[in-house]
Amino acid sequence: MNAPTALASVRRAGERTRYNFAYLDERTKRMIRRAILKAVAIPGYQVPFSSREMPLPWGWGTGGMQVTAAVLGPHDVLKVIDQGADDTVNAVNIRRFFERTAGVRTTTRTAEATLIQTRHRIPETPLTEDQIVVFQVPVPEPLQRLEPRETETRRMHALADYGLMHVKLYEDITRHGRIATSYDYPVTVNGRYLMSPSPIPKFDNPKLDRSPALMLFGAGREKRIYALPPYTPVASLGFEDHPFEVQRWDAACALCGSRESFLDEVITDDRGGRMYVCSDTDWCAGRRAQGERA
Amino acid sequence: MNEEPILRASGLAKRYGARVALEDVSLELWEGEVLAVVGESGSGKSTLLAVLAGRVAPDAGRVEYRTRHEGWRDVHAMSEAARRMLERTDWGFVHQRPEDGLRMTVSAGANVGERLMGLGARHYGRIRSQAAHWLEQVEMDPARMDDAPLSFSGGMRQRLQIARNLVTRPRLVFMDEPTSGLDVSVQARLLDLLRGLTRRLALAAVVVTHDLGVARLLAERMMVLKDGRVVETGLADQVLDDPQHPYTQQLVSSVITP
Repeated sequence: MNAPTALASVRRAGERTRYNFAYLDERTKRMIRRAILKAVAIPGYQVPFSSREMPLPWGWGTGGMQVTAAVLGPHDVLKVIDQGADDTVNAVNIRRFFERTAGVRTTTRTAEATLIQTRHRIPETPLTEDQIVVFQVPVPEPLQRLEPRETETRRMHALADYGLMHVKLYEDITRHGRIATSYDYPVTVNGRYLMSPSPIPKFDNPKLDRSPALMLFGAGREKRIYALPPYTPVASLGFEDHPFEVQRWDAACALCGSRESFLDEVITDDRGGRMYVCSDTDWCAGRRAQGERA
Repeated sequence: MNEEPILRASGLAKRYGARVALEDVSLELWEGEVLAVVGESGSGKSTLLAVLAGRVAPDAGRVEYRTRHEGWRDVHAMSEAARRMLERTDWGFVHQRPEDGLRMTVSAGANVGERLMGLGARHYGRIRSQAAHWLEQVEMDPARMDDAPLSFSGGMRQRLQIARNLVTRPRLVFMDEPTSGLDVSVQARLLDLLRGLTRRLALAAVVVTHDLGVARLLAERMMVLKDGRVVETGLADQVLDDPQHPYTQQLVSSVITP
Protein backbone atom coordinates (compact mmCIF):
# COMPACT_ATOMS: atom_id res chain seq x y z
CA MET A 1 0.00 0.00 0.00
CA ASN A 2 1.36 3.35 -1.06
CA ALA A 3 1.39 5.77 1.85
CA PRO A 4 0.30 9.17 0.45
CA THR A 5 -2.60 7.66 -1.48
CA ALA A 6 -3.67 5.69 1.55
CA LEU A 7 -3.53 8.76 3.72
CA ALA A 8 -5.53 10.76 1.22
CA SER A 9 -8.10 8.04 1.14
CA VAL A 10 -8.16 7.88 4.93
CA ARG A 11 -8.84 11.60 4.94
CA ARG A 12 -11.50 11.29 2.25
CA ALA A 13 -13.30 8.57 4.18
CA GLY A 14 -12.78 10.44 7.43
CA GLU A 15 -14.25 13.67 6.07
CA ARG A 16 -17.32 11.86 4.95
CA THR A 17 -17.91 9.75 8.03
CA ARG A 18 -15.80 11.14 10.87
CA TYR A 19 -14.43 7.61 11.31
CA ASN A 20 -10.87 6.48 10.80
CA PHE A 21 -10.41 4.49 7.57
CA ALA A 22 -12.32 1.20 8.02
CA TYR A 23 -13.62 2.20 11.45
CA LEU A 24 -10.85 0.80 13.68
CA ASP A 25 -8.01 3.04 14.82
CA GLU A 26 -4.57 2.42 13.34
CA ARG A 27 -3.06 0.93 16.48
CA THR A 28 -5.82 -1.62 16.73
CA LYS A 29 -5.37 -2.52 13.08
CA ARG A 30 -1.65 -2.99 13.64
CA MET A 31 -2.37 -5.25 16.59
CA ILE A 32 -4.73 -7.34 14.46
CA ARG A 33 -2.21 -7.45 11.60
CA ARG A 34 0.44 -8.79 13.97
CA ALA A 35 -1.98 -11.54 15.00
CA ILE A 36 -2.70 -12.26 11.33
CA LEU A 37 1.00 -12.49 10.50
CA LYS A 38 1.49 -14.96 13.30
CA ALA A 39 -1.54 -16.93 12.16
CA VAL A 40 -0.19 -17.09 8.61
CA ALA A 41 3.18 -18.23 9.95
CA ILE A 42 1.58 -21.13 11.86
CA PRO A 43 -1.24 -22.37 9.60
CA GLY A 44 -4.28 -23.51 11.55
CA TYR A 45 -3.02 -22.28 14.92
CA GLN A 46 -5.46 -20.07 16.84
CA VAL A 47 -3.76 -16.79 17.70
CA PRO A 48 -5.34 -14.86 20.57
CA PHE A 49 -5.96 -11.18 19.86
CA SER A 50 -7.48 -8.31 21.73
CA SER A 51 -10.86 -8.29 20.06
CA ARG A 52 -12.64 -4.92 20.05
CA GLU A 53 -16.25 -3.98 20.47
CA MET A 54 -17.80 -3.41 17.08
CA PRO A 55 -21.05 -1.53 16.53
CA LEU A 56 -23.01 -4.75 16.28
CA PRO A 57 -23.39 -7.74 18.60
CA TRP A 58 -20.98 -10.64 19.03
CA GLY A 59 -21.99 -13.42 16.72
CA TRP A 60 -22.92 -11.09 13.88
CA GLY A 61 -19.51 -11.18 12.25
CA THR A 62 -17.45 -8.98 14.54
CA GLY A 63 -14.36 -11.18 14.18
CA GLY A 64 -14.53 -11.19 10.41
CA MET A 65 -15.14 -7.44 10.34
CA GLN A 66 -12.08 -6.73 12.46
CA VAL A 67 -9.91 -8.86 10.19
CA THR A 68 -11.38 -7.19 7.13
CA ALA A 69 -10.79 -3.74 8.63
CA ALA A 70 -7.18 -4.64 9.36
CA VAL A 71 -6.31 -5.86 5.87
CA LEU A 72 -8.54 -3.59 3.80
CA GLY A 73 -6.78 -1.01 1.62
CA PRO A 74 -8.33 1.91 -0.22
CA HIS A 75 -7.98 0.15 -3.58
CA ASP A 76 -9.58 -3.08 -2.47
CA VAL A 77 -12.86 -4.21 -3.95
CA LEU A 78 -14.99 -5.77 -1.25
CA LYS A 79 -17.61 -8.49 -1.55
CA VAL A 80 -19.61 -9.66 1.47
CA ILE A 81 -21.73 -12.80 1.46
CA ASP A 82 -23.92 -14.52 4.00
CA GLN A 83 -24.91 -18.12 3.21
CA GLY A 84 -23.66 -17.50 -0.31
CA ALA A 85 -25.93 -14.53 -0.96
CA ASP A 86 -24.95 -10.88 -1.36
CA ASP A 87 -28.39 -9.57 -0.47
CA THR A 88 -29.06 -11.05 2.96
CA VAL A 89 -29.22 -8.85 6.05
CA ASN A 90 -25.80 -9.62 7.49
CA ALA A 91 -24.08 -9.18 4.12
CA VAL A 92 -25.91 -5.98 3.22
CA ASN A 93 -25.12 -4.38 6.56
CA ILE A 94 -21.45 -5.29 6.66
CA ARG A 95 -20.99 -4.18 3.04
CA ARG A 96 -22.64 -0.84 3.80
CA PHE A 97 -20.55 -0.51 6.95
CA PHE A 98 -17.32 -0.62 4.95
CA GLU A 99 -18.72 1.54 2.17
CA ARG A 100 -19.36 4.22 4.77
CA THR A 101 -16.31 3.85 6.99
CA ALA A 102 -13.71 3.05 4.34
CA GLY A 103 -15.22 4.37 1.15
CA VAL A 104 -14.03 1.28 -0.74
CA ARG A 105 -15.61 -0.01 -3.90
CA THR A 106 -17.90 -3.01 -3.35
CA THR A 107 -19.12 -5.66 -5.70
CA THR A 108 -21.24 -8.76 -5.80
CA ARG A 109 -19.05 -10.36 -8.49
CA THR A 110 -16.66 -12.91 -7.00
CA ALA A 111 -14.17 -12.50 -9.85
CA GLU A 112 -13.96 -8.72 -9.35
CA ALA A 113 -13.45 -8.80 -5.60
CA THR A 114 -10.02 -8.60 -3.98
CA LEU A 115 -11.39 -9.17 -0.49
CA ILE A 116 -14.36 -11.39 0.29
CA GLN A 117 -15.86 -11.53 3.75
CA THR A 118 -18.06 -14.55 4.17
CA ARG A 119 -20.36 -16.29 6.56
CA HIS A 120 -21.11 -20.00 5.96
CA ARG A 121 -19.93 -20.36 2.36
CA ILE A 122 -16.96 -20.22 0.02
CA PRO A 123 -17.90 -18.86 -3.42
CA GLU A 124 -18.32 -21.37 -6.24
CA THR A 125 -16.22 -19.31 -8.65
CA PRO A 126 -12.62 -20.52 -8.26
CA LEU A 127 -10.54 -18.10 -6.21
CA THR A 128 -7.24 -16.59 -7.31
CA GLU A 129 -3.92 -15.60 -5.77
CA ASP A 130 -5.03 -11.96 -5.80
CA GLN A 131 -7.89 -12.57 -3.40
CA ILE A 132 -8.28 -12.80 0.37
CA VAL A 133 -11.22 -14.57 1.96
CA VAL A 134 -12.22 -13.57 5.50
CA PHE A 135 -14.41 -15.98 7.43
CA GLN A 136 -16.70 -15.09 10.32
CA VAL A 137 -16.15 -17.73 13.01
CA PRO A 138 -18.50 -18.32 15.94
CA VAL A 139 -16.57 -21.16 17.62
CA PRO A 140 -12.90 -21.36 16.65
CA GLU A 141 -12.10 -24.38 18.82
CA PRO A 142 -13.05 -27.61 17.01
CA LEU A 143 -12.71 -29.61 20.23
CA GLN A 144 -14.86 -27.34 22.37
CA ARG A 145 -18.00 -29.45 22.32
CA LEU A 146 -15.97 -32.50 23.28
CA GLU A 147 -13.62 -30.99 25.84
CA PRO A 148 -14.95 -27.86 27.53
CA ARG A 149 -11.72 -26.98 29.38
CA GLU A 150 -9.68 -24.60 27.27
CA THR A 151 -6.50 -25.32 29.22
CA GLU A 152 -6.93 -28.91 28.11
CA THR A 153 -7.77 -28.19 24.45
CA ARG A 154 -4.72 -25.96 24.16
CA ARG A 155 -2.57 -28.75 25.52
CA MET A 156 -4.17 -31.17 23.07
CA HIS A 157 -3.23 -28.84 20.21
CA ALA A 158 0.29 -28.46 21.56
CA LEU A 159 0.74 -32.23 21.68
CA ALA A 160 -1.28 -32.92 18.50
CA ASP A 161 -3.40 -35.23 20.66
CA TYR A 162 -6.45 -35.38 18.43
CA GLY A 163 -7.94 -38.84 19.07
CA LEU A 164 -10.97 -37.18 20.60
CA MET A 165 -12.06 -35.63 17.31
CA HIS A 166 -12.26 -39.07 15.78
CA VAL A 167 -14.32 -40.19 18.77
CA LYS A 168 -16.90 -37.63 17.65
CA LEU A 169 -16.89 -38.95 14.08
CA TYR A 170 -17.05 -42.53 15.43
CA GLU A 171 -20.16 -41.57 17.38
CA ASP A 172 -21.67 -40.08 14.23
CA ILE A 173 -21.26 -43.34 12.35
CA THR A 174 -22.52 -45.36 15.31
CA ARG A 175 -25.66 -43.28 15.62
CA HIS A 176 -26.43 -42.44 12.02
CA GLY A 177 -24.59 -45.06 9.97
CA ARG A 178 -22.43 -42.40 8.38
CA ILE A 179 -20.56 -39.25 9.33
CA ALA A 180 -23.54 -36.97 9.84
CA THR A 181 -21.55 -33.81 10.51
CA SER A 182 -22.50 -31.68 7.54
CA TYR A 183 -21.04 -28.28 8.37
CA ASP A 184 -18.08 -27.05 10.41
CA TYR A 185 -16.46 -30.34 9.42
CA PRO A 186 -13.04 -30.59 11.13
CA VAL A 187 -9.88 -30.47 9.04
CA THR A 188 -6.19 -31.06 9.59
CA VAL A 189 -4.03 -28.21 8.33
CA ASN A 190 -0.65 -28.94 6.82
CA GLY A 191 -0.58 -32.29 8.62
CA ARG A 192 -0.44 -30.57 11.99
CA TYR A 193 -3.21 -28.46 13.52
CA LEU A 194 -6.81 -29.51 13.83
CA MET A 195 -8.95 -26.61 12.63
CA SER A 196 -12.58 -25.61 12.46
CA PRO A 197 -13.30 -24.34 8.95
CA SER A 198 -16.10 -22.18 10.45
CA PRO A 199 -19.66 -23.32 9.77
CA ILE A 200 -19.26 -23.73 6.02
CA PRO A 201 -20.99 -26.81 4.60
CA LYS A 202 -18.60 -29.73 4.17
CA PHE A 203 -19.33 -29.30 0.46
CA ASP A 204 -16.90 -26.37 0.63
CA ASN A 205 -14.14 -28.18 2.51
CA PRO A 206 -12.32 -29.34 -0.65
CA LYS A 207 -12.07 -25.68 -1.70
CA LEU A 208 -9.86 -25.01 1.33
CA ASP A 209 -7.26 -27.51 0.19
CA ARG A 210 -4.33 -25.78 -1.54
CA SER A 211 -6.47 -22.73 -2.27
CA PRO A 212 -4.56 -20.05 -4.18
CA ALA A 213 -6.29 -17.36 -2.08
CA LEU A 214 -5.21 -16.38 1.42
CA MET A 215 -7.87 -17.42 3.94
CA LEU A 216 -8.24 -15.59 7.25
CA PHE A 217 -10.57 -16.60 10.07
CA GLY A 218 -11.72 -14.16 12.74
CA ALA A 219 -13.66 -15.02 15.91
CA GLY A 220 -14.64 -11.80 17.67
CA ARG A 221 -16.27 -13.08 20.81
CA GLU A 222 -13.71 -15.85 21.30
CA LYS A 223 -10.86 -13.46 20.44
CA ARG A 224 -9.03 -15.75 18.06
CA ILE A 225 -7.58 -15.37 14.57
CA TYR A 226 -6.28 -18.21 12.43
CA ALA A 227 -5.26 -18.53 8.82
CA LEU A 228 -4.57 -20.70 5.82
CA PRO A 229 -1.77 -19.29 3.68
CA PRO A 230 -2.16 -19.89 -0.08
CA TYR A 231 -1.62 -23.48 -1.24
CA THR A 232 -1.76 -24.97 2.28
CA PRO A 233 -2.74 -28.66 2.31
CA VAL A 234 -6.03 -29.07 4.17
CA ALA A 235 -7.41 -32.57 4.79
CA SER A 236 -10.91 -33.34 6.05
CA LEU A 237 -10.96 -36.05 8.71
CA GLY A 238 -12.49 -39.45 8.07
CA PHE A 239 -12.15 -43.18 8.48
CA GLU A 240 -10.71 -45.56 5.89
CA ASP A 241 -14.03 -47.39 5.67
CA HIS A 242 -16.12 -44.21 6.09
CA PRO A 243 -14.18 -41.57 4.17
CA PHE A 244 -15.00 -37.87 3.99
CA GLU A 245 -17.75 -37.18 1.48
CA VAL A 246 -19.52 -34.01 0.33
CA GLN A 247 -23.23 -33.46 -0.09
CA ARG A 248 -24.90 -34.41 -3.38
CA TRP A 249 -28.31 -33.46 -4.73
CA ASP A 250 -30.66 -35.28 -7.07
CA ALA A 251 -31.89 -31.94 -8.35
CA ALA A 252 -30.33 -29.15 -10.40
CA CYS A 253 -30.71 -25.44 -9.67
CA ALA A 254 -34.19 -24.39 -10.78
CA LEU A 255 -32.89 -21.04 -11.99
CA CYS A 256 -29.59 -21.77 -13.72
CA GLY A 257 -29.59 -25.56 -14.00
CA SER A 258 -26.27 -25.95 -12.20
CA ARG A 259 -25.53 -29.44 -10.92
CA GLU A 260 -22.15 -28.72 -9.43
CA SER A 261 -22.99 -25.95 -6.94
CA PHE A 262 -24.32 -26.07 -3.38
CA LEU A 263 -28.12 -25.99 -3.52
CA ASP A 264 -30.59 -24.51 -1.04
CA GLU A 265 -34.01 -26.07 -0.71
CA VAL A 266 -36.73 -23.42 -0.93
CA ILE A 267 -40.30 -24.20 0.16
CA THR A 268 -42.67 -22.54 -2.31
CA ASP A 269 -46.11 -23.27 -0.87
CA ASP A 270 -47.81 -25.13 1.96
CA ARG A 271 -48.61 -28.19 -0.13
CA GLY A 272 -45.13 -29.62 -0.28
CA GLY A 273 -43.97 -27.56 -3.25
CA ARG A 274 -40.23 -26.91 -3.24
CA MET A 275 -37.41 -25.93 -5.50
CA TYR A 276 -33.65 -26.09 -5.32
CA VAL A 277 -31.60 -23.01 -6.11
CA CYS A 278 -27.91 -22.16 -5.94
CA SER A 279 -26.85 -20.82 -2.57
CA ASP A 280 -24.20 -18.69 -4.31
CA THR A 281 -26.32 -15.93 -5.89
CA ASP A 282 -23.46 -14.45 -7.92
CA TRP A 283 -22.61 -17.82 -9.44
CA CYS A 284 -26.27 -18.42 -10.30
CA ALA A 285 -26.75 -14.95 -11.82
CA GLY A 286 -23.55 -15.33 -13.83
CA ARG A 287 -24.68 -18.61 -15.31
CA ARG A 288 -28.08 -17.21 -16.18
CA ALA A 289 -26.49 -14.20 -17.85
CA GLN A 290 -24.41 -16.55 -19.98
CA GLY A 291 -27.64 -18.30 -20.97
CA GLU A 292 -26.58 -21.71 -19.78
CA ARG A 293 -30.08 -22.73 -18.85
CA ALA A 294 -30.20 -26.50 -18.92
CA MET B 1 10.50 -62.89 32.65
CA ASN B 2 12.93 -60.02 32.85
CA GLU B 3 15.35 -59.87 35.75
CA GLU B 4 14.83 -56.16 36.19
CA PRO B 5 11.80 -54.42 37.65
CA ILE B 6 9.44 -52.48 35.39
CA LEU B 7 8.94 -49.54 37.75
CA ARG B 8 11.14 -48.29 40.54
CA ALA B 9 10.84 -45.32 42.84
CA SER B 10 13.31 -44.10 45.40
CA GLY B 11 13.18 -41.56 48.20
CA LEU B 12 9.84 -40.06 47.20
CA ALA B 13 8.70 -37.13 49.29
CA LYS B 14 5.77 -34.79 48.88
CA ARG B 15 4.45 -32.07 51.15
CA TYR B 16 1.35 -29.97 50.87
CA GLY B 17 2.38 -26.92 52.85
CA ALA B 18 3.36 -28.14 56.29
CA ARG B 19 1.45 -31.39 55.83
CA VAL B 20 3.54 -34.42 54.92
CA ALA B 21 1.89 -36.53 52.25
CA LEU B 22 4.88 -38.78 51.47
CA GLU B 23 8.21 -39.23 53.19
CA ASP B 24 11.04 -41.37 51.87
CA VAL B 25 8.97 -43.93 49.98
CA SER B 26 10.82 -46.38 47.75
CA LEU B 27 9.47 -49.35 45.85
CA GLU B 28 10.10 -51.70 42.97
CA LEU B 29 7.54 -53.44 40.82
CA TRP B 30 8.23 -56.40 38.53
CA GLU B 31 6.49 -57.36 35.34
CA GLY B 32 3.22 -59.16 36.01
CA GLU B 33 3.30 -58.33 39.70
CA VAL B 34 0.45 -56.73 41.63
CA LEU B 35 1.40 -54.50 44.53
CA ALA B 36 -1.25 -53.29 46.94
CA VAL B 37 -0.76 -50.05 48.80
CA VAL B 38 -2.93 -49.99 51.91
CA GLY B 39 -3.50 -47.51 54.68
CA GLU B 40 -6.27 -45.42 56.11
CA SER B 41 -7.65 -42.27 54.53
CA GLY B 42 -5.04 -39.52 54.47
CA SER B 43 -2.11 -41.91 54.72
CA GLY B 44 -0.72 -40.74 51.36
CA LYS B 45 -1.86 -43.69 49.22
CA SER B 46 -3.48 -41.64 46.50
CA THR B 47 -0.62 -39.14 46.45
CA LEU B 48 1.80 -42.02 46.00
CA LEU B 49 -0.22 -43.33 43.07
CA ALA B 50 -0.38 -39.89 41.45
CA VAL B 51 3.38 -39.45 41.86
CA LEU B 52 4.13 -42.90 40.44
CA ALA B 53 1.87 -42.25 37.47
CA GLY B 54 3.59 -38.95 36.75
CA ARG B 55 0.53 -36.87 37.52
CA VAL B 56 1.94 -35.08 40.55
CA ALA B 57 5.60 -34.07 40.79
CA PRO B 58 7.38 -35.19 43.97
CA ASP B 59 9.38 -32.74 46.07
CA ALA B 60 12.21 -35.24 46.27
CA GLY B 61 13.06 -38.64 44.85
CA ARG B 62 12.56 -40.12 41.43
CA VAL B 63 10.28 -42.49 39.60
CA GLU B 64 11.70 -44.55 36.76
CA TYR B 65 9.91 -46.75 34.28
CA ARG B 66 11.57 -49.34 32.07
CA THR B 67 10.17 -48.65 28.59
CA ARG B 68 9.83 -51.32 25.94
CA HIS B 69 12.48 -49.92 23.65
CA GLU B 70 14.42 -47.16 25.35
CA GLY B 71 15.31 -48.67 28.70
CA TRP B 72 14.88 -46.75 31.95
CA ARG B 73 13.27 -43.34 31.77
CA ASP B 74 12.65 -40.85 34.56
CA VAL B 75 8.89 -40.39 34.55
CA HIS B 76 9.03 -36.84 35.86
CA ALA B 77 11.89 -35.72 33.62
CA MET B 78 10.36 -36.86 30.32
CA SER B 79 8.48 -34.45 28.13
CA GLU B 80 4.75 -34.17 28.53
CA ALA B 81 4.28 -35.52 25.02
CA ALA B 82 6.32 -38.63 25.86
CA ARG B 83 4.49 -39.15 29.13
CA ARG B 84 1.10 -38.82 27.48
CA MET B 85 2.19 -41.34 24.90
CA LEU B 86 3.06 -43.76 27.73
CA GLU B 87 -0.25 -42.99 29.40
CA ARG B 88 -2.20 -44.04 26.37
CA THR B 89 -0.13 -47.01 25.31
CA ASP B 90 1.88 -48.77 27.99
CA TRP B 91 -0.03 -47.60 31.03
CA GLY B 92 -3.54 -47.63 32.34
CA PHE B 93 -5.16 -45.66 35.11
CA VAL B 94 -8.35 -46.87 36.73
CA HIS B 95 -10.07 -44.19 38.77
CA GLN B 96 -12.12 -44.85 41.85
CA ARG B 97 -15.11 -43.13 40.24
CA PRO B 98 -15.57 -44.49 36.72
CA GLU B 99 -17.07 -41.12 35.77
CA ASP B 100 -13.57 -39.64 36.09
CA GLY B 101 -12.07 -42.08 33.65
CA LEU B 102 -14.86 -42.34 31.09
CA ARG B 103 -16.56 -40.05 28.64
CA MET B 104 -20.04 -40.45 29.98
CA THR B 105 -21.94 -39.18 26.96
CA VAL B 106 -20.24 -41.10 24.17
CA SER B 107 -20.94 -44.75 23.51
CA ALA B 108 -19.09 -47.60 25.23
CA GLY B 109 -17.48 -48.55 21.91
CA ALA B 110 -16.07 -45.07 21.43
CA ASN B 111 -14.83 -45.06 25.01
CA VAL B 112 -12.87 -48.22 24.38
CA GLY B 113 -11.78 -47.10 20.92
CA GLU B 114 -10.55 -43.65 21.95
CA ARG B 115 -7.01 -44.77 22.73
CA LEU B 116 -6.79 -46.59 19.42
CA MET B 117 -7.99 -43.53 17.52
CA GLY B 118 -5.53 -41.39 19.49
CA LEU B 119 -2.80 -43.67 18.22
CA GLY B 120 -3.93 -43.27 14.64
CA ALA B 121 -6.42 -46.11 14.07
CA ARG B 122 -8.61 -44.94 11.20
CA HIS B 123 -10.69 -47.98 10.32
CA TYR B 124 -14.14 -47.84 11.88
CA GLY B 125 -14.86 -51.55 11.46
CA ARG B 126 -11.60 -52.65 13.02
CA ILE B 127 -11.94 -50.22 15.94
CA ARG B 128 -15.38 -51.66 16.59
CA SER B 129 -14.29 -55.26 16.51
CA GLN B 130 -11.45 -54.49 18.92
CA ALA B 131 -13.87 -52.68 21.23
CA ALA B 132 -16.22 -55.68 21.14
CA HIS B 133 -13.33 -57.98 21.98
CA TRP B 134 -12.34 -55.97 25.03
CA LEU B 135 -15.91 -55.64 26.23
CA GLU B 136 -16.07 -59.42 26.19
CA GLN B 137 -12.81 -59.60 28.11
CA VAL B 138 -14.38 -57.60 30.93
CA GLU B 139 -17.54 -59.74 30.76
CA MET B 140 -19.75 -57.11 29.21
CA ASP B 141 -22.27 -57.84 26.51
CA PRO B 142 -20.94 -56.37 23.24
CA ALA B 143 -24.57 -55.64 22.36
CA ARG B 144 -24.33 -52.74 24.82
CA MET B 145 -21.49 -51.24 22.83
CA ASP B 146 -23.54 -48.41 21.32
CA ASP B 147 -25.01 -47.32 24.66
CA ALA B 148 -23.52 -44.48 26.65
CA PRO B 149 -22.11 -45.29 30.10
CA LEU B 150 -24.74 -42.98 31.56
CA SER B 151 -27.16 -45.88 31.15
CA PHE B 152 -24.82 -48.39 32.85
CA SER B 153 -24.75 -49.55 36.45
CA GLY B 154 -21.78 -48.71 38.67
CA GLY B 155 -20.21 -52.14 38.21
CA MET B 156 -20.58 -52.01 34.42
CA ARG B 157 -19.07 -48.55 34.31
CA GLN B 158 -16.08 -49.75 36.26
CA ARG B 159 -15.65 -52.71 33.89
CA LEU B 160 -15.93 -50.40 30.92
CA GLN B 161 -13.25 -48.19 32.40
CA ILE B 162 -11.00 -51.21 32.71
CA ALA B 163 -11.67 -52.26 29.10
CA ARG B 164 -10.87 -48.74 27.93
CA ASN B 165 -7.50 -49.00 29.65
CA LEU B 166 -6.64 -52.47 28.40
CA VAL B 167 -7.31 -51.93 24.71
CA THR B 168 -3.71 -50.95 24.00
CA ARG B 169 -2.41 -53.92 26.02
CA PRO B 170 -0.62 -51.90 28.68
CA ARG B 171 2.13 -53.41 30.81
CA LEU B 172 1.39 -51.37 33.91
CA VAL B 173 -1.93 -50.30 35.39
CA PHE B 174 -2.50 -47.93 38.29
CA MET B 175 -5.72 -48.49 40.18
CA ASP B 176 -7.15 -46.13 42.74
CA GLU B 177 -9.69 -47.95 44.93
CA PRO B 178 -11.10 -49.77 41.92
CA THR B 179 -13.86 -51.57 43.84
CA SER B 180 -14.98 -49.18 46.52
CA GLY B 181 -18.32 -47.59 45.85
CA LEU B 182 -19.72 -50.88 44.53
CA ASP B 183 -21.91 -53.22 46.51
CA VAL B 184 -20.25 -56.37 47.79
CA SER B 185 -21.51 -58.90 45.26
CA VAL B 186 -20.52 -56.64 42.37
CA GLN B 187 -17.23 -56.03 44.13
CA ALA B 188 -16.56 -59.75 44.34
CA ARG B 189 -17.20 -60.28 40.64
CA LEU B 190 -15.04 -57.32 39.69
CA LEU B 191 -12.20 -58.54 41.90
CA ASP B 192 -12.46 -61.94 40.31
CA LEU B 193 -12.29 -60.35 36.89
CA LEU B 194 -9.33 -58.16 37.81
CA ARG B 195 -7.45 -61.11 39.24
CA GLY B 196 -8.06 -63.10 36.07
CA LEU B 197 -7.02 -60.23 33.81
CA THR B 198 -3.82 -59.39 35.65
CA ARG B 199 -2.77 -63.05 35.51
CA ARG B 200 -3.82 -63.67 31.92
CA LEU B 201 -2.30 -60.49 30.51
CA ALA B 202 0.70 -60.53 32.85
CA LEU B 203 -0.16 -57.00 33.95
CA ALA B 204 1.90 -55.23 36.53
CA ALA B 205 -0.33 -53.16 38.77
CA VAL B 206 -0.21 -50.83 41.70
CA VAL B 207 -3.55 -51.00 43.51
CA VAL B 208 -4.36 -48.45 46.14
CA THR B 209 -7.02 -49.61 48.55
CA HIS B 210 -8.18 -49.24 52.10
CA ASP B 211 -9.77 -52.67 51.92
CA LEU B 212 -7.44 -55.41 53.14
CA GLY B 213 -9.64 -58.05 51.54
CA VAL B 214 -9.06 -56.49 48.13
CA ALA B 215 -5.34 -56.41 48.82
CA ARG B 216 -5.25 -60.08 49.76
CA LEU B 217 -7.26 -61.17 46.75
CA LEU B 218 -5.45 -59.16 44.11
CA ALA B 219 -1.94 -58.57 45.27
CA GLU B 220 1.17 -60.64 45.67
CA ARG B 221 2.91 -57.96 47.64
CA MET B 222 1.69 -55.34 50.02
CA MET B 223 2.90 -52.05 51.32
CA VAL B 224 1.40 -50.37 54.39
CA LEU B 225 1.47 -46.57 54.52
CA LYS B 226 0.93 -44.44 57.58
CA ASP B 227 1.31 -40.66 57.59
CA GLY B 228 3.16 -40.84 54.30
CA ARG B 229 5.74 -43.39 55.47
CA VAL B 230 6.05 -47.05 54.66
CA VAL B 231 5.63 -48.92 57.93
CA GLU B 232 5.63 -52.43 56.55
CA THR B 233 6.10 -54.28 53.27
CA GLY B 234 6.07 -57.94 52.38
CA LEU B 235 4.13 -60.72 50.71
CA ALA B 236 0.43 -60.01 51.05
CA ASP B 237 -0.40 -63.16 52.96
CA GLN B 238 2.57 -62.70 55.24
CA VAL B 239 1.70 -59.16 56.13
CA LEU B 240 -1.93 -59.99 56.74
CA ASP B 241 -1.36 -63.19 58.69
CA ASP B 242 1.59 -62.00 60.73
CA PRO B 243 1.57 -58.22 60.92
CA GLN B 244 4.68 -56.84 62.61
CA HIS B 245 4.07 -53.12 62.93
CA PRO B 246 1.52 -52.01 65.56
CA TYR B 247 -0.34 -49.96 62.93
CA THR B 248 -0.64 -52.95 60.61
CA GLN B 249 -1.79 -55.08 63.53
CA GLN B 250 -4.44 -52.50 64.25
CA LEU B 251 -5.52 -52.39 60.59
CA VAL B 252 -5.77 -56.16 60.37
CA SER B 253 -7.67 -56.45 63.62
CA SER B 254 -10.19 -53.82 62.63
CA VAL B 255 -11.43 -55.78 59.63
CA ILE B 256 -15.03 -56.71 60.19
CA THR B 257 -15.81 -60.33 59.38
CA PRO B 258 -19.47 -61.23 59.40
